[in-house]
Amino acid sequence: MVATAKKKDVVIVGLGWTGSIVGMELCKEGLEVLALERGDDRDTVPDFRYPNVADELKYGVRYALMQKPRNSTLTIRRTLGETALPYRALGSFLPGDGIGGAGVHWNGNTFRPMAEELRLRSYVLENFGESIISEGMTIQDWGITYSELEPYFDRFEKVAGIAGKAGNINGKIVESGNPFEAPRSGEYPMPPLPQTVDALMFAEAARRMGYHPYPLPSGNASEAYTNPYGMQLGPCSFCGFCDRFGCFNYSKSSPQTCILDALKRKPNFEYRVNAEVLRVELSPDHKTATGVTYLTAEGAEVFQPADLVILAAYQLHNVHLMLLSGIGKPYDPVSDEGITGKNYAYQMTGSTSLFFKDIDFNPFVGAGSNGIVIDDFAINRIDFGAHGFIGGSYICAGTSNGQPIRSMRLPTRTQSWGGQWKQAIKEWYGHSMSIGSHGSNMSYRDSYLDLDPTYKDRYGRPLLRMTFNWKPNDIRMTQFMKTKIEAIAKSMNPDITESDYKSNGAMYDVRPYQTTHNVGGAIMGTDPNTSALNRYLQSWDVHNVFVMGANAFPQNIQYNPTGMVGALAYWSVAAIRKDYLPNPRSLI
Amino acid sequence: MRTLLTTILALAVLGLIAVALTGLVPARKTPVQQRVAGDFTSAGGQGEYVVRVADCAACHTAKGGKPFAGGHAIPSPFGTIWSTNITPDPETGIGSYTLDDFRAALYDGLRKDGTCLYPAMPYENYRKMSEDDVRALYQHFMNEVEPVSNQVKETRLTFPFNQRWAIRAWNWVALDDAGFKPRYNDLVRDRGAYIVEALGHCGACHSPRNLFSAQDGTDATAQAFLTGGEIDGWPAPSLRGPASAVTNWSAEELKAFLASGRNSHSGVTGEMAVVVQDSMQFLTSKDLDAVVAYLRGISGAAEQLPARNDDKAKQTIALLNAADPSMDLGPRLYLDNCNGCHFTNGKGAKGVFPELDGNSIVVARQGGGLIDVILNGARMPSTESNPMRLAMPGFRDRLSDKEVADLATFLRQSWSNNAGPIDETAVVARRQKLAAH
Repeated sequence: MVATAKKKDVVIVGLGWTGSIVGMELCKEGLEVLALERGDDRDTVPDFRYPNVADELKYGVRYALMQKPRNSTLTIRRTLGETALPYRALGSFLPGDGIGGAGVHWNGNTFRPMAEELRLRSYVLENFGESIISEGMTIQDWGITYSELEPYFDRFEKVAGIAGKAGNINGKIVESGNPFEAPRSGEYPMPPLPQTVDALMFAEAARRMGYHPYPLPSGNASEAYTNPYGMQLGPCSFCGFCDRFGCFNYSKSSPQTCILDALKRKPNFEYRVNAEVLRVELSPDHKTATGVTYLTAEGAEVFQPADLVILAAYQLHNVHLMLLSGIGKPYDPVSDEGITGKNYAYQMTGSTSLFFKDIDFNPFVGAGSNGIVIDDFAINRIDFGAHGFIGGSYICAGTSNGQPIRSMRLPTRTQSWGGQWKQAIKEWYGHSMSIGSHGSNMSYRDSYLDLDPTYKDRYGRPLLRMTFNWKPNDIRMTQFMKTKIEAIAKSMNPDITESDYKSNGAMYDVRPYQTTHNVGGAIMGTDPNTSALNRYLQSWDVHNVFVMGANAFPQNIQYNPTGMVGALAYWSVAAIRKDYLPNPRSLI
Repeated sequence: MRTLLTTILALAVLGLIAVALTGLVPARKTPVQQRVAGDFTSAGGQGEYVVRVADCAACHTAKGGKPFAGGHAIPSPFGTIWSTNITPDPETGIGSYTLDDFRAALYDGLRKDGTCLYPAMPYENYRKMSEDDVRALYQHFMNEVEPVSNQVKETRLTFPFNQRWAIRAWNWVALDDAGFKPRYNDLVRDRGAYIVEALGHCGACHSPRNLFSAQDGTDATAQAFLTGGEIDGWPAPSLRGPASAVTNWSAEELKAFLASGRNSHSGVTGEMAVVVQDSMQFLTSKDLDAVVAYLRGISGAAEQLPARNDDKAKQTIALLNAADPSMDLGPRLYLDNCNGCHFTNGKGAKGVFPELDGNSIVVARQGGGLIDVILNGARMPSTESNPMRLAMPGFRDRLSDKEVADLATFLRQSWSNNAGPIDETAVVARRQKLAAH
């Protein structure tokens, strides 16, 4: 027996960053907006209160703020020939759970992609020719330009309260910012954070080598800040409990600190927690959605009618819901037909550890997005033809994590238990730093998402299946970064240097944590035959469904995705307000 | 308002006189103070605005209850006072009240049947209300408020406080003349005076009590008016004189505090947080300016703000920055629990984390507010300009009574603060009180 709830104008699936943004902006139109969140309600106090949240075992190791695989997971395989198996223990990536979503437990790194990244295929064709695009690589343009998005990056950075230093304001290069970034209309809303000693050493070494260090744009407040919604951030105390934790200090940009209390004041906004959406319901002709069906905490099935459906869940879940609901033809890598699930991509990372006997790094002092970055080997700085790969990285050093268990970096030859381990901890705790490469990942015909033919979830729905593996192009990219980082490291004269980069033949390993930057699967673009969403994040097939999030990325950018995700949400909701609501239809 | 209950103590003193007098003189309703047209109708929204400024909901709307249906419990040492239903329901509310009956409740603390209300109802202040506002309020309650049938619990205090007739004697000594008389020859300051002295009934908490537990003056001509009171062990800080926030904050900061519950110095806590949430944030910008102009006028606030004791502040900062593990318990606890937000300089962060240096709750004679905040935390109200409900977590599960006392004492004596120590027994008492609630 399915109950039918009172109709709403808008139903939003998931109340994290994008759900909060869309909710806030659509409430301004006077619409009745309902957000359905399958996790728990969460607020700074009591859920992230000091000192309880600074519990590394509970949150950092046992993932209290993450989705539980027993409730929600997917299957993973590396190649078309393998049988995918369920992701039973969180490892490689950590989807967040509850109100605020991943916006609660992220570090706060907030970049804008380079202008070239948003028209990557055209950029490659114009500068290097089609021949460097390897067989099976399916990179595309996004269907939107950087200059169109600029006001929306600016908007998101002001709402989120980003601390940083501009390098290019309206084409004028600014000292100590990133000179290679696309032009910005203005400075960051807050000055950069102070930097830890490892970041300062890296900056000095990079400068000596002629590179261009700049402060990592940070969603950790450097001073008291009030955003355009009247929401407030307080200065970060460098407690070191950021990634995987909620912030007890009101310092980390999150839906809680930047949007939710303002949204909850709106009389036309409502949210329900522990409400898990099972599918989007479509009209008989499959041209529009009629609403969503969800399960309450008590297990009752409810049909929620709505005129407009916003999918604002995590990337994987948005794609899963689209596949389960029949929105867009499922992608088939063999025929290269279909769109939903196409172009799943990840992030190529690597790092070099530097050990210094005589330097005290005070690793208990850290901020999630503390750090110094160079973009000298970023996408618009590399001759793809000469180096034999498409892609790039930002290179960064800083202390983002001050947690004792996860901060005990040791030389790899050290025994991992017993007396020798204890001796090594004594010798090396607080005497090491790391320089990391955070790089792009291209999209490929056989890296995609579909419904698993074998495994089902607790409601009997097929699990999402991920097919993904590392490819030679991206391994060449990360190996290139290795040579650059090792040269910088060498110039700093450490006692020991150790590098960790993917090398030829590397297969995707789901066990060690890498990054929660899963992208693609419901990508945006200019052609309904090769993308699931148009440039306004509107489903080509079902015009009253808009899909927010990193699922829209046709391939992964070299930066952390949140800046792009936030800007796209503002861009999309602006189009909904201006063009869609007065005349609901396919906008293109 | 709940401290008005202490006025009840005075009743015992006056009891005998009252016995003699009340039998002889019938209760008299104060007449109309201003002429208004017989067919007066309030401007649209005026009644609702007066309800906000007078903060009727604070007592007459119970938590989770229907608006103005009463039943809000006001604890007192003599028993609980239950607020009345003031919806226009004829049986259980005030539906049968005439305008004169209604005015008598506001001016004289009299019910329709002639019995006395407890002075938890601030008729000491409301009796200055203009006839325009009385009528706007009456018309609002009669026509715009939903009637709710809600028989609230009868207030049953212990003897002798259950003898309501005795309040009449108290009224004789406690009540000033009815009606508001402008005295500044300045429309702005006079409007501010009217809001503070009459509608906003600020003196009910912020003025000290006299021998009879009545407000020690109900307008600025009285020396003691607004020089500070006490609510449930919390300070209601002085709003007058050189040590007051009115003098030490700029006009802009004072206005921000009233409108949003926060400014670059402080965040609102305790009962005042509710006042900002339910009342002050709804004042027009013009009325807030009037309140600020009036308060600064009676304080003689200078444009140049006074200097603080910088040398002493520097010593505290040096002690905390040195972080010597052998330091006393108070500063050590500060570093471990408070420093992340309030910083070694005790300045907090503007509009987000309150300043502890010079904070009126921290340095108040009454330590109850400070102890309660350490134990239970505090939360700023959500307002239109600043919607965020910024909260400090409570530390009652983390700190022992002695630790709370040592920390509180450190706060009261550090930076430029110079207040007396907090004793462990005071913490024990507050903890027991909180447990009892």
